[in-house]
Amino acid sequence: MSSQAHAPAHEDAHNVHHGHSHGHDAGHGSLKTYMIGFVLSVILTAIPFWLVMGEVFDSKILTAVLIMVFAAVQIVVHMICFLHMNPRSEGGWTVMALIFTLIIVAIMLAGSFWVMHHLNTNMMPMSPEMMKNMP
Amino acid sequence: MTEKAQTQEAEAPQFYLEEEHHPEGSTMLGFWIYLMSDCLIFAVLFATHGVLGRNYAAGPSPADLFDLPLVAINTAMLLFSSITYGFAMLQMERNAKMETLFWLGVTGLFGLAFLGLELYEFYHLIHEGAGPGRSAFLSSFFTLVGTHGLHVTFGIIWLVTLMVQVKMRGLIPENRRRLMCLSMFWHFLDVIWIGVFSFVYLMGVLG
Repeated sequence: MSSQAHAPAHEDAHNVHHGHSHGHDAGHGSLKTYMIGFVLSVILTAIPFWLVMGEVFDSKILTAVLIMVFAAVQIVVHMICFLHMNPRSEGGWTVMALIFTLIIVAIMLAGSFWVMHHLNTNMMPMSPEMMKNMP
Repeated sequence: MTEKAQTQEAEAPQFYLEEEHHPEGSTMLGFWIYLMSDCLIFAVLFATHGVLGRNYAAGPSPADLFDLPLVAINTAMLLFSSITYGFAMLQMERNAKMETLFWLGVTGLFGLAFLGLELYEFYHLIHEGAGPGRSAFLSSFFTLVGTHGLHVTFGIIWLVTLMVQVKMRGLIPENRRRLMCLSMFWHFLDVIWIGVFSFVYLMGVLG
């Protein structure tokens, strides 16, 4: 008897959840979010191209850091405005999957660069002529 | 006792029917997890390029090879295709079949323009003797950018398939779901391209 009473309640909760999730995560934006995303993307793309093509800064490191910062910001803009990421979609699982992937990617990238940089600095120096004669 | 068993039996299929609806809602999550795995593929290729990107083997460097205005036009093509896909999704929500098809077509044309420019660039590089076999830098460059280009190619094939589907069957729930998956795929490719033009082209030319 108790299971009978329980089942419809469960069903209801299920339906409510469905209706709720459909409204939020169906991946719909409005014209406004798309246009905001587009304008921001154009600006965030144009600036790094201008920095490199116009040779604005003498410092290469500063330019490189700025390029990476603009790329990171633009990726976030795309995620929010075009991919409609939000912490509520699919009960938070898309964000969880994203965070997990980012952690894996960060470990993999940092580890690869670290190890291979050390390997490179410990290699015997080579001149271009030596390289040309390599097998 | 038997009555109770019967009610349980009667309930069980009902519960099963509710479950049948579930895959509809979780397609997006499943597709998102696929995109995340795709992201790992690109991360590995980015790492490879990061490690090998300075090994020119006494060959040409990015500053000698890359034509930044061309890359900027390419970037614009992909960005335009992203926003036009967004317009297609907005029309889909309004149930406007012909407008959806129109914007999907525009998206496809921008995608083709992107691919054409990329193939022109590849042809140009190989013609100059800077093919994938020239140096480790060029091997990793062709692998990374080529993989992205292959994704765009398959995206366009998928787009044309869906255009035919929408044309024949209309904006039925199945087609809407497919269009939403392709929307995520297409925007995801644009996100990857941000990494490519920043990390490979701009940082490469910077030296």
